[in-house]
Amino acid sequence: MTMTAAAMPALVPCWSCKGPVATRALFCSVCGAVQGPGALDHFTRLGLRPTFDLDMDELERQYFGFQRRLHPDRFASKSPRERALSQGQATALNEAYETLKDPLKRAVALLEMQGRKVDLTACGTINDKDLLMEQMEKREAIADADSVEAITRLSAAADSDVLSCQCHISAAFNGSDLEEAVHLTIRLKYLVKLADEARAKKVRMMRAVR
Amino acid sequence: MSDDGLVMLQLHEPGETPAPHDSERGAAVGIDLGTTNSVVALSFEGSVEVLRSADGRGLIPSVVHYRDDGGVEVGAKAREAILETPDHVVSSIKRLMGRGIEDVKALAGTLPYAVEPNPDGGMVRLRVAGRVLTPVEISADILRAIKARAEEALLGKMVSRAVVTVPAYFDDAARTATKDAARLAGLEVLRLVNEPTAAALAYGLDNAVEGLYAVYDLGGGTFDISVLKMEKGVFQVKATGGDAVLGGDDIDHAIAEHFLADRKAAVGEHPISAGEVKQALMTARVAKECLTGRTEGEWMIEVDGRPSRHSLTREQLEFLAAPFVERTIAICREVVEDAGIDVADIRGVVLVGGSTRMPLVRARVADFFGRPPLADINPDEVVAVGAALQAEALTAGSDTLLLDVTPLSLGIETMGGIVEKVIPRNTPIPVAMAQEFTTYQDGQSAMSIHVVQGEREMVDQNRSLARFVLRGIPPMTAGAARIRVSFQVDADGLLTVAATEMTTGIEQQVAVKPSYGLNDDEMADMLRDSLVHARDDMQQRLLTESVVEARRSLLAVQSALGVDGDLLSADERQAIDAAIEQVKAACAGSDRDAVTASVESLETATKSFAEKRMDRGIRQALAGMSVDRLDGALGGGE
Repeated sequence: MTMTAAAMPALVPCWSCKGPVATRALFCSVCGAVQGPGALDHFTRLGLRPTFDLDMDELERQYFGFQRRLHPDRFASKSPRERALSQGQATALNEAYETLKDPLKRAVALLEMQGRKVDLTACGTINDKDLLMEQMEKREAIADADSVEAITRLSAAADSDVLSCQCHISAAFNGSDLEEAVHLTIRLKYLVKLADEARAKKVRMMRAVR
Repeated sequence: MSDDGLVMLQLHEPGETPAPHDSERGAAVGIDLGTTNSVVALSFEGSVEVLRSADGRGLIPSVVHYRDDGGVEVGAKAREAILETPDHVVSSIKRLMGRGIEDVKALAGTLPYAVEPNPDGGMVRLRVAGRVLTPVEISADILRAIKARAEEALLGKMVSRAVVTVPAYFDDAARTATKDAARLAGLEVLRLVNEPTAAALAYGLDNAVEGLYAVYDLGGGTFDISVLKMEKGVFQVKATGGDAVLGGDDIDHAIAEHFLADRKAAVGEHPISAGEVKQALMTARVAKECLTGRTEGEWMIEVDGRPSRHSLTREQLEFLAAPFVERTIAICREVVEDAGIDVADIRGVVLVGGSTRMPLVRARVADFFGRPPLADINPDEVVAVGAALQAEALTAGSDTLLLDVTPLSLGIETMGGIVEKVIPRNTPIPVAMAQEFTTYQDGQSAMSIHVVQGEREMVDQNRSLARFVLRGIPPMTAGAARIRVSFQVDADGLLTVAATEMTTGIEQQVAVKPSYGLNDDEMADMLRDSLVHARDDMQQRLLTESVVEARRSLLAVQSALGVDGDLLSADERQAIDAAIEQVKAACAGSDRDAVTASVESLETATKSFAEKRMDRGIRQALAGMSVDRLDGALGGGE
């Protein structure tokens, strides 16, 4: 993310008083009217420095702080236009919060900000042979698990794989190794899926025991 | 964020500038529209009063009696009429809100009245005392009585706006039906709030609690469980779940069936009449309530001169109730798992709903959560108390904030009847999400969009919300078209769906009027029938909206004059001042067109002023001057 030295906030007319207002502003400094959400990356929207190593408490604090001022409940007796803008703002805040809360989506967002697109919904084939083999073996193990003890162990192992992959992603970002970050993010996607499957099976088996 | 050192100038905090005409718009109350009982409350400066009848009762039985003379009675009196004229009385109508005939078949035998399908395929109709009524109309009758109760308790002050609560697990159809019912009753719905969230609000404010809390809400007809995080006045719903057709009524039915079987043994085989069923149900309810304080009792059922005696112990009651209570605990387990939390992290569990008075329920909840539940606020009234607090927050401003979620996943039907989820459950609202789909045939020119709600993989196992068709897709090979379907859920939890063909920009949008809701014509007819002054009412609302908008413009121009007034010549200033006076005069009157026209001429009068202000802003920015003022309220974090 390079910034030119002469960075200047773009100005647009406030929809309400028609005076100049920065594109990023939430409210017009002159007439106080709420502004539209505009196009911001999720970190900037929540007033956070773009990093993979996000402090979850800080994320929540910032999210709550912005929602306190922008949520539609704050505009219930305002004009229809202001109500619609506040809904747009709150929607954008929710999207940013939901994205940044989740390590996988957060990694994808960070990569995208740096020009690397990772499509999580694409269900294409895995190019990485090692990853493919590993996934097949682990999936088989989960399918074969026939006791609560066995599935609990596998589920814990899958969770720890997810955590360790996240640590590696963090290291890749901190070392500015984007190639590695992309590779690990794709890996994380499959690890998360595996961990979810293991957890779901664990819950099912525990219920059956009860 | 505040590190940036940005200064906020003249920022009107919501609530600081009360909306105009507020006093004329009447009181804003909180209404818990329950399956069995309803409650209405009013908050003033954070202190809440449940509005009671002259004899001190807070609960209004959600029962409507349609008299032969055309009169309508709601509440305790209507409930008494059940014995005399059971076929003239409707209770538990909430269970049918937004339901079609297919849903009702699943409830067969548990409903104390005859339902019939709507010939147009929408919400069911009820045949009561020679009338055919929709659940929306019947709910509107209850809401009218609630409104009247509130106005009486407030010594004639008009009540025109309300926060109405709904079970968190209510789907889009039931939410829309509830909002329509309020409109029919002459109430503007400020917000639909989920019942558990409202209860949490009531507790949060009274007890200044922090951390994770669960709200267990077992009412007459619905069960809800929500897990919330409460922190410094923010109530964030983490996960919610429940069953829209599980409640105390089911327990009553189980007891009533038990009584009726006994009665057959006592008075001999005979066809069971509607009157017997209703009386058995009433007796069952009384028995259930008695067995909260006692361990056994005996009750009489007498219909058609044939009396029978029925004894029941608490142990027997708990045996009958156990399957329903266990089902609620299973749902609790799922929701806690869904929220990704450990039961031990939950710092308290709040009980809501009359059915939580049952010792069995309390014991099972305490057992599951590993701590005694909180019930210091009357579980019958706590939801209305929370709704009243939210009504005040929305009209007078407040520091608290409710952040709620979608209770059920929303998706669309794809090939083979499989549901593609667009918005997963427990996503914070308001939310907007989109997904792209494509055509599956060469040259396909239209695409049918079927919107469903629910967690199951197959369409027919979920609730169908709406269908619409996107037409005019240009001929392309299969899979080439890009159709973007976007879902938007507002803060009331109501859905709007739009579909756009991306290569041509052809768009179609529907506010999801659910398949089981009322269409606009039906709604208009009902409004006409029910409100003599419907037209005046609508005009008044439009006028109020225009005046709100005009005053907003006025304030905006005045603020601008305060900051950049020096840019104007005396003549220019005079012209703007004259336009301002014109708007003020129009706002004082009652001619909506005059208000709109005055705002337009104010806009014309300030056009060149706005251009000068933009020029000044850009000049300042180019000159490298501080743009703090223009950046305005960038901050937001605490």
